Amino acid sequence: MLQLSELTKRYNTGELALKGVSLEIPKGQVLALIGPSGAGKSTLIRCINRLVQPTSGSVVLKELELTKLSSSALRRARRRMGMIFQEYALVERLTVMENVLSGRLGYVGFWRSYFRKFPSADIQEAYRLLDRVGLKHMADKRADELSGGQRQRVGICRALIQNPDLLLVDEPTASLDPKTSRQIMRLIQELCSERGLTAIINIHDVFLAQMFSQRVVGLELGSVVYDGKPEGLTPEVLTRIYGEEDWSATIKSTDEDDDEEEDF
Amino acid sequence: MADSSGTDSYPSSWKKAPFIKNSFVRWLLIVGGAIYLAAALGTMNIDIERVKEGLPRAQRFLDSFFPPNFADNRGVLWEGIAESIWMAIISTVAGIALSIPVGLGAARNLAPAWVYLFCRGIIAASRTFPEIILAIFAVKLFGFGPFAGFVALALGTIGFYAKLLAEDIENSSASQAEAVKATGANWFQWVNYSIQPQVMPRMIGLSVYRLDINFRESAVVGIVGGGGIGATLNTSFSRYEFDTAAAILIIIILIVMAMEYTSSFMRKWVQ
Repeated sequence: MLQLSELTKRYNTGELALKGVSLEIPKGQVLALIGPSGAGKSTLIRCINRLVQPTSGSVVLKELELTKLSSSALRRARRRMGMIFQEYALVERLTVMENVLSGRLGYVGFWRSYFRKFPSADIQEAYRLLDRVGLKHMADKRADELSGGQRQRVGICRALIQNPDLLLVDEPTASLDPKTSRQIMRLIQELCSERGLTAIINIHDVFLAQMFSQRVVGLELGSVVYDGKPEGLTPEVLTRIYGEEDWSATIKSTDEDDDEEEDF
Repeated sequence: MADSSGTDSYPSSWKKAPFIKNSFVRWLLIVGGAIYLAAALGTMNIDIERVKEGLPRAQRFLDSFFPPNFADNRGVLWEGIAESIWMAIISTVAGIALSIPVGLGAARNLAPAWVYLFCRGIIAASRTFPEIILAIFAVKLFGFGPFAGFVALALGTIGFYAKLLAEDIENSSASQAEAVKATGANWFQWVNYSIQPQVMPRMIGLSVYRLDINFRESAVVGIVGGGGIGATLNTSFSRYEFDTAAAILIIIILIVMAMEYTSSFMRKWVQ
């Protein structure tokens, strides 16, 4: 469904952030992208929705080549790609509802969005999504009144109301505590399977990557150094991605079960 | 300490590194600055005799201010005040309306380079001329009266408001802007949803502050023919009606104080 071929990004500073990355991601796959800071994970997902313009290579989403689109065609294409951000990136002075509805901006005209007169189907969907993540009662709160975990749930709603084919998730659990991190990852995983969504999740935490994804890609200095099943992350592989370290405590033990309650 | 086998190799004193590392450059700046200030003071020709002569004149001048006379020219006085308030409000509204497009264009993260340079040029031009110079131009163009004052204050507002708006936009959170852009929003939606909420509180505070400035400046532009309370003040001075002038100054001070209170209250309220 998504094909990256020879994707390369050289920043104006001369730094080569991506060195010809090629990946093919089938529909419905949840892929975790791991790697040390500066490996190019953020650049990679931003090259897909072109928040960062790739230097060369191609990105094809459902037969549509994204790297050469005009700006209006790009805006249309961006509607099909929901993005979830590190540190939430909610507009803090807007209400929860406005933040969620901002996911529909690509579908409504300027004046409608200016007067916050969204179609009733959008409003219903927004309430439905907020209810799904347990935040329906917070709709009129300002985003900066929410806790970290709640904010990220709103960020998830904003991405999902776009009705995307693809989710781009950038470090969703950075700055969240371990329990909330797991809840957020589980929520993303569940929503992806409910909706048959394809997702690329950048994540620092190897343990979470193993727990919540079907495929892991390891990136190091802009190149793919591992691509395979989560179970395949052996100490040798982690050393290849991150460098020498004692990995024995990081790797998921054979069948760890984790049945915490979701509490909102 | 008994066990200090390793510690004696560490230094026992520490000083914060100086701001300017090169000690020659540092002393050159300090000594050079001191010499320059002394020389500048020298060229002022400060003459104690002249100060002595001036003090009794100041005394007489101040005496003639008291008691302030609110009654004799009551009609002109209130007319002037009303005109100044009207000028201040209209010029603030018009100035801000003009500042918004200029300010958006002058923010590096919103506009392409040529728009940025053009808008920065407008701001620099507006900032170069103080309100009184703008008022002199406007009086030459449109004749005496409050319209000239209004034009001068509105143009002056652009340099102030557009610059601060642009700077606030440049300091706004890039991640919030990126998140809204990623939804497929167009440029106007993007500004409305991600930039505007971030800069709005400060901009509301600044517009009340600018209203306060424009009211004060209306007293200045009046002196060169721009109407308002400045014209009244100028007339009373040229007629040697210092008691009326004192009354006008007191009213200006009270109104400015009231506006200052309002603007600080507004700033807290919009946070």
